[in-house]
Amino acid sequence: MGMTITQKILARHCHKEFVEPGELIMADVDLALANDITGPVSIEEFKKAGGKKVFDREKIALIPDHFAPNKDIKSAGLCKTLRDFAKEQQIVHYYEVGRMGVEHALLPEQGIVLPGDLVVGADSHTCTYGALGAFSTGVGSTDLAFAMMTGKCWFKVPETIKFIYHGKLNPWVTGKDLILYTIGDIGVDGALYKAMEFTGDALKNLTMDERFTMTNMAIEAGGKNGIMEPDDITIEYAKARAKRDFEILRSDDDAKYCQIIDYDVSKIEPQIALPHLPENTVGISEVGNISIDQVVIGSCTNGRLEDMRIAAKVIKGHKVHPDVRLIVIPATQNVYRQMITEGIIEIFIEAGAVVSTPTCGPCLGGYMGILAKGERAVSTTNRNFVGRMGHPESEIYLASPAVAAASAVKGRIAHPEEVAKI
Amino acid sequence: MIYKGKAWIFGDNIDTDVIIPARYLNTTDPAELASRCMEDVAPGFSKKINAGDIIIAGKNFGCGSSREHAPLAIKASGISCVIARSFARIFYRNSINIGLPILECEEAVDSIKAGDELEVDTDTGVIKNLTSGGIYTAMPFPDFIKGIIQAQGLLNYARKAENRNV
Repeated sequence: MGMTITQKILARHCHKEFVEPGELIMADVDLALANDITGPVSIEEFKKAGGKKVFDREKIALIPDHFAPNKDIKSAGLCKTLRDFAKEQQIVHYYEVGRMGVEHALLPEQGIVLPGDLVVGADSHTCTYGALGAFSTGVGSTDLAFAMMTGKCWFKVPETIKFIYHGKLNPWVTGKDLILYTIGDIGVDGALYKAMEFTGDALKNLTMDERFTMTNMAIEAGGKNGIMEPDDITIEYAKARAKRDFEILRSDDDAKYCQIIDYDVSKIEPQIALPHLPENTVGISEVGNISIDQVVIGSCTNGRLEDMRIAAKVIKGHKVHPDVRLIVIPATQNVYRQMITEGIIEIFIEAGAVVSTPTCGPCLGGYMGILAKGERAVSTTNRNFVGRMGHPESEIYLASPAVAAASAVKGRIAHPEEVAKI
Repeated sequence: MIYKGKAWIFGDNIDTDVIIPARYLNTTDPAELASRCMEDVAPGFSKKINAGDIIIAGKNFGCGSSREHAPLAIKASGISCVIARSFARIFYRNSINIGLPILECEEAVDSIKAGDELEVDTDTGVIKNLTSGGIYTAMPFPDFIKGIIQAQGLLNYARKAENRNV
């Protein structure tokens, strides 16, 4: 019997020819990742368990991105714990402020995660790397401490749901809209414990940045991982960055899926997830007149160069609405620099937006754009839970960068076509 | 292990941002985290509960962020175990890894009311509602999970030489 790409990667990492859904395996990890919130808990556990040396200093990434640049004294302490441990253990992939970026944008960009890899990260959006044809999943700090000590993590091999996207995308419909639509369809626990494999003609022309957005949000449907088979676009992206060999794996024709879901993308318009769950998704034409106070464009979901390009395209020549704060956060230093080169930062500043250094910041209600009681934000981030971005009585509407930019101009949730021509 | 306490009821999709908001994640101190547990949906929760009390919740409990601070906050608040229709997978692993017992049981969630006195045996999976007399059965933990919970977490468990090959 054939295997899905997820099964194949798991099988290779536990040195077996075949693994089947439900099987418990102990697998080798190619990379173990933590940030300034989850890392210190892992480091504490690592030391409590008598850990002296990490299993491989080249296979661990420690990235201060959530509350960095340090937002307060306690956060400074957490970042220092991460930095001190990285120095003590001579961790190769530690990225200091000034070189760091939002972890799930930075690691693929730097070629640290590659197709065929098995990655665990103490961050739920670790599932992002599936766009490269890797198996990656979020774990807690204890699992991560175990992985740092042993280079291993145990897994139950998941069943896979296959999502097939076919047809022609409508103008202004992006990877973000496809994944929001999908989560709206299956619900926030629609893929609980399962692998989500995204495929179909409609994805063929999506840029890597849009693909990362889709796999990034697999966790928002409860998925263990999101994954796509590598194609020419993936291979070109990986080759341009890789400093080691990587393996291209694809699902077998006779691989077994627990469910196959088919979408005609020509019926999908730009999507909005209403408060307070990512599954509360509606087409933008159904939203009505919703005035807003803030717009955030950034995060591990939508802080990459293509996201910035499309938002700038929408906003060019317009001004941010007087009642709106537009906060733009490039996810990495390279994205930031390229935005300067292409004149994108100029466009945002001219429009009246603020452009920040890379940070997760407002996405999780850390800093750099906290909402007051009763305020509403349109955000390109991934979660609109109660209190996620500030006061428990604030509201978050999740959308694509194009919709976010158009909304910043109009002062209400707006379709990009109201502001710009594609 | 047998746990006894009063039931606190929550709905579906209780996410880890609600269990412990990120604005309090600038510390790793369990007691400090516990004092903020559930505050956005149940203000004063940590002060109202007594040691041993039990959370009863709907589906997909613990969805969202992978923060282990969430089960840590629940455990440090004095909650002895969580019973839900279903759990999000990272939260499920994290709870076991830090030694917080969690059970999936639909009929318990359907029947138990706020304030009911409960007795939960995680070895057998039997949940007794001492207030209503109801008895429900969840799938008990396999031995290695029982071992992790008894050792108060995965790494304590792993430190014991006899468990290294598990």
